[in-house]
Amino acid sequence: MNRLAPFEWITAIRFMQEGKAQTLLIITGVALGVGVIVFMSALVAGMQANIIRRTLNYMAPIVVIPPDQVARPQRADEKAAVAALVQPRSQQLRSIDQWQKARAQIERLPDLIAVTPVASGPGFALRGDASKAVTIIGIEPETYLRVIGLAEKIVAGRPNPGTSDIIIGIELAKDLGANLGDKVRLSTASGAAETLNVVGIFDFGSKGANERNVYIALRAAQNLLNLAGGVSSIEIKVQDPFAAEVIAQTIQAETGLEADSWIKTNAQFFSAIAAQTLSNTLIRFFVGLTAALGIASVLVVSVVQKSKEIGILRAMGTSRMQVLRLFLVQGGVMGLSGSLLGSLLGWGFLMLWRGVARNADGTPMFIIVIEPMLFVLAAAGATLVGILAAAVPARRAARLDPAVAIRG
Amino acid sequence: MSVAETAAIETLRLEGVRKSYGIGTPVEAEVLHGIDLVLKKGEFAALIGPSGSGKTTLLNLIGLLDQPTGGGLFIEGQKAGALDDAERTRLRGRSIGFVFQYHYLLPAFTALENVMMPILAARGHPDDEMRDTAAALLDKVGLTPWRDKKANDISGGQQQRVAIARALAMRPALVLADEPSGNLDTQSADSVFDLMRSVNEASRTTFLIVTHDPRLAQRCDRIIELVDGNIVSDKLNPNVIRRGEY
Repeated sequence: MNRLAPFEWITAIRFMQEGKAQTLLIITGVALGVGVIVFMSALVAGMQANIIRRTLNYMAPIVVIPPDQVARPQRADEKAAVAALVQPRSQQLRSIDQWQKARAQIERLPDLIAVTPVASGPGFALRGDASKAVTIIGIEPETYLRVIGLAEKIVAGRPNPGTSDIIIGIELAKDLGANLGDKVRLSTASGAAETLNVVGIFDFGSKGANERNVYIALRAAQNLLNLAGGVSSIEIKVQDPFAAEVIAQTIQAETGLEADSWIKTNAQFFSAIAAQTLSNTLIRFFVGLTAALGIASVLVVSVVQKSKEIGILRAMGTSRMQVLRLFLVQGGVMGLSGSLLGSLLGWGFLMLWRGVARNADGTPMFIIVIEPMLFVLAAAGATLVGILAAAVPARRAARLDPAVAIRG
Repeated sequence: MSVAETAAIETLRLEGVRKSYGIGTPVEAEVLHGIDLVLKKGEFAALIGPSGSGKTTLLNLIGLLDQPTGGGLFIEGQKAGALDDAERTRLRGRSIGFVFQYHYLLPAFTALENVMMPILAARGHPDDEMRDTAAALLDKVGLTPWRDKKANDISGGQQQRVAIARALAMRPALVLADEPSGNLDTQSADSVFDLMRSVNEASRTTFLIVTHDPRLAQRCDRIIELVDGNIVSDKLNPNVIRRGEY
């Protein structure tokens, strides 16, 4: 007997050793459950992180734009008639009023990684006979590249355009027949036009973005889009993408500008992620419940099998609380042992998945980050589930009348 | 007289103890009808009677495994009837040892560990002293060579000897034995009986032994006969030479 172990632990472990087959069976059951939970959690988290990372590669988590222009019908006085129909105003491309001040205000907020001004609007990219509608995005490279992962997506050239440079996507380069060092002419509806050198070609992995987005220097975009000194939006990268909506609301309240988070602008995508999270949670809940019922049923049987032994323990002076703890310890030990084994099993599944789930080029389909905290939480959760599952049989054992138990 | 003074001379006192089952129901039945009984320190008494006479019920009440529905029950001068479950459990662990017809040893433990169990339950953690106490008791019952055997790996007679050693582990004032030799052959039964007798003589531990075996009852100092929930006879055994100190 271990001198440090209390009576309840010594007895609980011996009882479990005595029913070796039962104990091993339930620990295996718990291990399988925990293995599935660990694997599913890491897989879903990895998948979601991958989708979000891909989405946020070419999209800022928060975009601040000027408030919509609204029609204000003139009224002569209080008694004048109210117009029955007010036609909404068309939205012109315009600058954020005093954007430098707004930028400074935003930069003071916590939990932000970078803030960058952007001048963007529609235009045409022309080369020879080819003409394509594009979105001109004027950027301040030193800050923009910290918000959007453009640098990682450059397949040729460089990501920071000078005032006479342009960066285009691989689809647009193909459509225009342009390559690095070639010239592309950009024009806008106002009649402004500029000929720029292709210094970079990117691939976002999205045909739409590769066809439409063109990146030029902020000053060049301001000239082309008739936004002298102005910017059409301020884009912000935040530390926690899931906190974007809350931060956007703060920005809106502080600056009076319209701040849209990626959560709001991608509501459908986000609800799909939420549904996936919910289904994963449900699976985890039912697997946990199954493990709990397994532990509870084994202990219920154990209480029946050992009722005489419980009776004799009570007769020799063991208190009800000691008997209660004895069975709670068994539940906890089964949960903990199962979870440790299950964590190992889950880790094995994940390693196997990493080896199997690969793209055609041999790169991983997506990166699964194995968080140590996941294993800690799984172990703690399974132990707690084990103890809770043991509560009913433990209470039943503690309430056994020793005289009846011994008599059988 | 104080509790300590009473304890020095008297192990058990029952005053009009009653026990009924199914109280308040149409099948209410009283099985013990006002039992008066005193066991002095060091007595070695047999409780006999036909099946259904209430012997086991009485033993359960005395062993604080059950509660009387009426009357007073005193263990070493302490009134046990008014105690709550936790206090009764403590008093039982401290003052009463049990030997049953079946040994009820814990099969997951060795003979030595089984003897240690009552002390372990009381103290919470194992220590050398309880190991030594258990080893000495096993030695006393002649089982030192089997001390590290699991309870199921020794013979029936040996198991019952371990159960007796376990009953003595807390040095109780009273040992209650319910048909302790009922499952044993004559030789083993005699041996177990002799063992209890020698413990009684050596340590003045009071024994109350329920038995159906008139041969064994005749070897006790005192024979108490229970019939239909009443003590019909309680006399000193003329066949036994008593030490006369209780």
